[in-house]
Amino acid sequence: MPNSSQLSRDRLIWMYTQMCRIREFEERVKRTFVEHPGVIRGHAHLADGAEASIVGCLATRQENDLVMPSYRCHGYPLVLGTPARALMSEIYQRKDGVCKGFGGSMHLADPTHHFPTASGIIGQGIAHAAGAAYAAQVKKTGQVVYSFFGDGSSKQGAFYETLNMAAVWKLPVVFILENNGYQAYTKIDLEDANAKAGDPLSQKAKAFSIPGVTVDGTDPLKVYDAVSTAVDRARAGDGPSLIESKFYRMSPHGNAITVPPVPTQFQEHESIEVYGNKAEFEAAKNNDPIKKFRAHLIAGGFFADPDAKKIEESVCAEMEDVVKFALASPLPSPADALNYVYA
Amino acid sequence: MPREMMFAEGIAVAITEEMQRDANVVFYGQNMAMTDRDPFVRKFGKDRVRITPISETAELGIAVGAAMMGLRPIVELYMSEFMLVAFDEVINEAPRLRYMSGGQVKVPTVFKAGFGFAAGWAGQHSNCIYGPLMGIPGLKVAVPSNAADALGLMKSAIRDDNPVVYLHHYMLMLDKCPVSDGDYLVPFGVADIKRAGTDVTIVATAWMMKKSLAAAEMLAKEGISAEVIDPRTLSPLDTKTIIESVKKTGRLVLVDQAPKHASAAIVIAGEVAENGFKYLKAPVKMVTALDTSVPYSEPMESFVLPSEEKIMQAVKSVVAARVAAD
Repeated sequence: MPNSSQLSRDRLIWMYTQMCRIREFEERVKRTFVEHPGVIRGHAHLADGAEASIVGCLATRQENDLVMPSYRCHGYPLVLGTPARALMSEIYQRKDGVCKGFGGSMHLADPTHHFPTASGIIGQGIAHAAGAAYAAQVKKTGQVVYSFFGDGSSKQGAFYETLNMAAVWKLPVVFILENNGYQAYTKIDLEDANAKAGDPLSQKAKAFSIPGVTVDGTDPLKVYDAVSTAVDRARAGDGPSLIESKFYRMSPHGNAITVPPVPTQFQEHESIEVYGNKAEFEAAKNNDPIKKFRAHLIAGGFFADPDAKKIEESVCAEMEDVVKFALASPLPSPADALNYVYA
Repeated sequence: MPREMMFAEGIAVAITEEMQRDANVVFYGQNMAMTDRDPFVRKFGKDRVRITPISETAELGIAVGAAMMGLRPIVELYMSEFMLVAFDEVINEAPRLRYMSGGQVKVPTVFKAGFGFAAGWAGQHSNCIYGPLMGIPGLKVAVPSNAADALGLMKSAIRDDNPVVYLHHYMLMLDKCPVSDGDYLVPFGVADIKRAGTDVTIVATAWMMKKSLAAAEMLAKEGISAEVIDPRTLSPLDTKTIIESVKKTGRLVLVDQAPKHASAAIVIAGEVAENGFKYLKAPVKMVTALDTSVPYSEPMESFVLPSEEKIMQAVKSVVAARVAAD
């Protein structure tokens, strides 16, 4: 695979656009809790802060490669080509939702765009991703599976069992451990032995004798290069790799857990809300992957400030339409609930 | 010409025939396919037949992911209790992903496990875990009681587009019976009347079917005609055949190796109470395991589990009983 310095101007601008789309989509989800209370039920988990990591990874994909994320799953399908209207409609519990209102924020799925499902149970999707890779291996499809999960998942049995089996079976899968510093509300050095020792989480790969690298997940080009190597290895039949992509989750774990009819919203980030560490959060904001990539592209002469503004305005307009569409979409009929129990 | 076949052989024949028929069927588990001499490896190769580490969550999770992408994995779990360490996959992943995706995916996989090993395997390897599985929409549960059903239900399980927990009883593995030639399938959700009768309906599965049929023979000598029904799949459950039988006999004895509150018997009792109460001439009687773990020592194990004698006593009590209002 070419390295990131060989990416075309169009491709770089595509990457910037996708990063902006994820950010704006998530902003609109967050605003919905304030502007339209009750429209989103349950728990929603946002990908703001992960844009560079998500787009850097997915920019390495070939057409039929599969993506299996965790429940924090809004970002990937936006990049894969799922209509944003269908994603927002799902989060708004509407009939036009990508899962017709059966799944919601945590269980988006769009197999037609190579995103089979997302599990809401931490770590279990890692095994599903390896299974999809096993199918690709048996059927000789040449597909690589991108398995996305958080740092919290890397303490689940499913993680250890699956990485071991994927290594023994040399499955065509790339494990992308998104280290956003927090396992739900818990700071990572309170619950991860590597983090507590000051070591990278990618060294977990050593336990399975597979490559493990840590990459700056706020830089889409660095992510692209690290993941390219892993994808090439997987596609060549040499087995899985573990990539630790480090970035900061800009929003808290999810909207506050409240009991209806008490309204729910996104609170302050855990760094402030739980740990009283405003400096950490401010530092992360100053390291915003979108701002950094924008500056990089301007400095490299790939686009000028007005071009970037034009992209940002068009993304805002897209998401404005998405919210309007989703709000206007009808709710499912109650008895639709009896569908899809069995195939 | 029907073939005489052992229960274990019925399962193996079904898997072999289905793997020959459909290249998407794969088969893996612990302590199998260890060498190239393994008969399944010889026939189907190491892509489709594999050995796994002791990692039930990964084994079942990989089956779920592979099934979504078009394979039909059969996972050999050996003991149903080993499924418990991966119950998230059994209960909260395999049967729910289709529903949560709004019907966009299907998960055709078979979780195969032995159960009920009442031969001194004590508390953690003798259990009957189907009760809780019956309450999971999206999941199917097959529990054969003889070689023919073992073969036919396994074939149906493999061809089913949904996750199926296929439970074979260890105490039946060597039992033989005739099996029809050709591509023999037993449909899901169709109970089988293993013995016709007029005085009382007995419902049982697996090893309890063997005991119930033996009890029915002895009862016949005492002039009591028992109809013995095997649901064969607990989900879907053929309550219609059971209620039709109760309509005829007016009496129902439910035999189940699980403790009462985790049994299939209690679910069937509820269905009959709701939909067949008017046909009952006596209260429903349940013969289940006692509310203990399964003890190791033989006399205690026998004491806790249903027996032919307990079944006969239960039948006699309902035949003798008259409902007060009658």
